[in-house]
Amino acid sequence: MVPVSAYLTLAVVLFGIGTVGVLVTRNMIVLFMSIELMLNAANLAIMAFSRAFSLVDGHVIVFLVLTIAAAEAAVGLALIVMVYRNRETVNIDRFNLMKW
Amino acid sequence: MADLLFLIPLLPLTGFLINGLLLGRLPKWMISAVACGSVGLSFLLSAAAFFELRSLAPEARQLTQTLFTWISVDQLEVNFGFLLDPLSAVMILVVSGVGFLIHVYSVGYMGHDKGYGRYFAYLNLFMFAMLTLVLADNFLLLFVGWEGVGLCSYLLIGFWYEKQSATDAGKKAFIVNRIGDFGFLIGMFVIFWSVGSLDFVTVSRMAPEVFIAGGSLITAACLLLFLGAVGKSAQIPLYVWLPDAMEGPTPVSALIHAATMVTAGVYMLARTNALFVLAPDALFVVAVIGGLTAIFAATIGLAQNDIKRVLAYSTVSQLGYMFLACGVAAFTAGIFHLMTHAFFKALLFLGAGSVIHAMSGKQDMRDMGGLKKYLPTTFRTMVIATLAIAGIPLFSGFFSKDEILWKAYSSTMHGGWYFWLLGVAGAGLTAFYMFRLVFLTFYGEERMDAETKHHIHESPRSMTVPLVILAVLSVIGGYVGMPQLFGATNYFEEWLHPVMTAGSHEIAPHALASGGYSLVEEWTLMLASVALVLFAIYLANYYYRRNVGAAGRLAQRLSGIKTLLVNKYYVDEIYGAVVVRPLVYFSLFLWKIFDVIVIDGTLNGIAVLWRDLSDEFRYTQSGQLRNYATIFSIGVVILLAYFMFG
Repeated sequence: MVPVSAYLTLAVVLFGIGTVGVLVTRNMIVLFMSIELMLNAANLAIMAFSRAFSLVDGHVIVFLVLTIAAAEAAVGLALIVMVYRNRETVNIDRFNLMKW
Repeated sequence: MADLLFLIPLLPLTGFLINGLLLGRLPKWMISAVACGSVGLSFLLSAAAFFELRSLAPEARQLTQTLFTWISVDQLEVNFGFLLDPLSAVMILVVSGVGFLIHVYSVGYMGHDKGYGRYFAYLNLFMFAMLTLVLADNFLLLFVGWEGVGLCSYLLIGFWYEKQSATDAGKKAFIVNRIGDFGFLIGMFVIFWSVGSLDFVTVSRMAPEVFIAGGSLITAACLLLFLGAVGKSAQIPLYVWLPDAMEGPTPVSALIHAATMVTAGVYMLARTNALFVLAPDALFVVAVIGGLTAIFAATIGLAQNDIKRVLAYSTVSQLGYMFLACGVAAFTAGIFHLMTHAFFKALLFLGAGSVIHAMSGKQDMRDMGGLKKYLPTTFRTMVIATLAIAGIPLFSGFFSKDEILWKAYSSTMHGGWYFWLLGVAGAGLTAFYMFRLVFLTFYGEERMDAETKHHIHESPRSMTVPLVILAVLSVIGGYVGMPQLFGATNYFEEWLHPVMTAGSHEIAPHALASGGYSLVEEWTLMLASVALVLFAIYLANYYYRRNVGAAGRLAQRLSGIKTLLVNKYYVDEIYGAVVVRPLVYFSLFLWKIFDVIVIDGTLNGIAVLWRDLSDEFRYTQSGQLRNYATIFSIGVVILLAYFMFG
């Protein structure tokens, strides 16, 4: 049996990779993918706890999160497509109109 | 008739509304007809009311009409109601009667003024307020009239608003009156607080039960009410506004600042006599202030050269007499003098107006003289009024003034030779300055310039007829109140008797009676005062008619006193230095220092602080998403660390 700590370690590593990805990338698509990674790291942690305590609640929440993530991905990608059509770029640093 | 009571003040109000709303759009004759007609009708109704009241039994002479409940909050119940009793009947007759004559006079006097419609609108509004004041059946409604006449006084003093001095005088009158009104209001609160009602009849009936006679509460209430009277009736120390009020048109001075409004204080004291007899200390203050004002204002009147200012100080002085009478609990004598004074002082002012009219607006008596042959009617009527105010026997002023002097001497409430002396000295001074006025104006050489002299003419009939009527009243007005000494019945005292003793049966008889004095004493005092008056007239004749140079030499010898009198004892200057200037500086401090620097400074300072701070911090809003995310992540890490290890 794999101990909970292993799952959690993996979740933390995945979350860290996702965070760093968000902070360093300029490409919106990659940024978006990194956010998904963070989301799934959280899912993994919830699953691990759920299994460890033999509770079904965690599974349910994860399903919910997955569903919402799918919907959110669709909306997010659509936004990125629209942004690209307007500005011909997906470089996040070029979108800095809302400053001082 | 009691149902028609409300029409007496309502008619002038209608006149005001018509003339006020259609300002300047009506032809002149229609303006005059509306203004004079409404007041004339009021007078007829007042006369009808008077006769109806007279037909009732003396103790039943009290008609009330309640129009509606004005204020009803918990205990406070104030009706919009009118009370007709002997006192208010006298007042409405005097107010609407003299008022009507002055309206008619104004038609001639103001004929060429471009503010004709506005003038009559104000005058009618004044009549409405004054009649409300005297007919009111409770303190609050009286106060409405009280403030209303104050407003009209302000409007009419400043009637010629292009003149800086006129607007200043209007403001002065209004502000000085505020001080008195403040006292009146507080006094009213005290009465409501202790009695639980503001109704005159109720308050008069309950007062002896509620208040401890001579107690501090009733004394305070009466003194506060008296403060209101001091302001409105121009007594020391608040008399300063009345001489300045002469900036208004002369008929206004006659109506508002001589015959009616300024006597409102005396009326109020008489109306609340049931309270005042419970507060002997307050009455003593009233008597002292009245007596001092009578003589103080008379001395100033000696040295004034403006014909209207002499009359103004004379008014202040005569009002002092009325308060002296009230102060010795002889309220009837005060009201009697109020009535006769209304006749002869209105006549004097209207006569002065006629003189000013003839002199093309000049008011300085040093530029007059010898007008007797040019203005025969004005001259004759003025002389009658002067004889009346001087207290020459058989003229109205003699009866009322003598009544006051006798009461001042003999009343068991504070009566004494010192009050008599104050009054009699004032009477002598009055006779002197009034005859000085007559001699300077109508006798001697003609000192006016040729241009003015060319224009001198007797006034039109609309002005002389009121003069003649008032002259007749000045002669016969006193016969209703002949002293018992002459074997006559004092109808006036009998008439007012039910009002003046209501609610004070326990105290009044001793206070009002003047028993214990012999007839010889009364005769002596009367003859002494008449002799003094005749001597004063002789002196005035000597100095201002027979021997013109002597007045100048006398003035030179007494130059110190003369400067003091010409400058009105420097009272205006003292008030300016002690009250007005500090107030102005304090206001400047509040404005320039407190408001601009402290309050505005604090508010603006706070705004500037945040603006400058945000000026620095706004650069954190880089617009770079990755910056925000980084800071956000660092924040999360810090928070996590805090929760896990903190």
